[in-house]
Amino acid sequence: MEVTVRIPTPLRSLTGGEEAVKLSGATVREVIDGLEKAHPGMKDRLLDDKGVRRFVNIYVGEEDIRFLDGLDTALESGQEISIVPAIAGG
Amino acid sequence: MSAILRRARLLPSVIDAVGGTPLVRLRHVSQSAPGVEVYVKLEYLNPGGSVKDRPALRIVRDAIASGALTPEKTLIDATSGNTGVAYSMVGAALGFRVALVMPSNVSKARKDITQAYGAELIPSSPMEGSDGAIRVVRRLVAESPNRYFYADQYANPSNPLAHYHGTGAEILDALGDRITHFVTGLGTSGTMMGTTRRLHEHPRKIHCVAVEPAEALHGLEGMKHMGSSIVPEIFDATVPDEILPVSTDDGWDMADRVAEQEGLFVGHSSGANIFGAVKIAERLHAEGRGGCVVTIACDRGDRYFAPMRWERRYTW
Repeated sequence: MEVTVRIPTPLRSLTGGEEAVKLSGATVREVIDGLEKAHPGMKDRLLDDKGVRRFVNIYVGEEDIRFLDGLDTALESGQEISIVPAIAGG
Repeated sequence: MSAILRRARLLPSVIDAVGGTPLVRLRHVSQSAPGVEVYVKLEYLNPGGSVKDRPALRIVRDAIASGALTPEKTLIDATSGNTGVAYSMVGAALGFRVALVMPSNVSKARKDITQAYGAELIPSSPMEGSDGAIRVVRRLVAESPNRYFYADQYANPSNPLAHYHGTGAEILDALGDRITHFVTGLGTSGTMMGTTRRLHEHPRKIHCVAVEPAEALHGLEGMKHMGSSIVPEIFDATVPDEILPVSTDDGWDMADRVAEQEGLFVGHSSGANIFGAVKIAERLHAEGRGGCVVTIACDRGDRYFAPMRWERRYTW
């Protein structure tokens, strides 16, 4: 399942400035593992020992994975995963 | 004037209710630092519900006085929400149009509040946060320079001046010579810059600490991680005496604690501010010193609710 992961500005230092990364995986968890392999440091910023960090929002299409099956949310080819940060300053 | 008399003032307009917020002693969350007083200034008691009423009003007043903002112009700015609410309120009260560029993932409450005041909302990318909103405003203003007054809270000296003449002066008025430390977070940095400049004029040194999110990807909405952001023009790194990184988890946990233990329901950035203030108080206590630490409650917790609980879709 090839999907596109949209990377927010604060994490682009890990992707060499890339705004989107193509990866394959059957679930969100597999995609995050793939993201970590390609761009080490990513996993720690997104997950803690309980799962997705409570201030990090991960969307498949337009749905927050908290309202789907969390990290086990199944993916279809061509879907877009967005990591949406909190809003800074002012 | 006593607090009761201040609250009973008769005012000609809602904008005259901005400022004059009370300081409240935090006794429970600072129990780990006996002998050090910790106070929080309740900026959420401003009529727009946040500390941002101060810079928004000052920016508008100064722009009207200089002729930069005239009735045929629309005030425009990038905002993560609270400044937008403040501009919208002031615009409605004084009768000028307001357009706000906000990342489309700002909370629904903020969009609804600004629209209730009649402001026009323009969405920017949720992936690029407030820096993306800044870039959109710059483009719109460049395209139609005569249509807009660009308030530019990140660069406008009226922003820190509001805190120099307001927040800082009020803290000294309330506490006099007792205050030893001031702690607040960096967003536009206006609160830190203006308040600190005023406190540094006090004859005895007041140690001023800037709280910063510990990580680039954080959940302290309203705060800026300077290392990974467009640094605001009004930010001068030489003004704070110390930078204190605070993690999102510590800020969020403290926001929960002050609600439960102090009866103050504050937002996440206020939680981080109070966490920082208690850290400083604990350090003073460990050194065997007393002190009086002041921090800021920027807004109320009901502007945040749990992440996206009521907002499954972030599209506009």
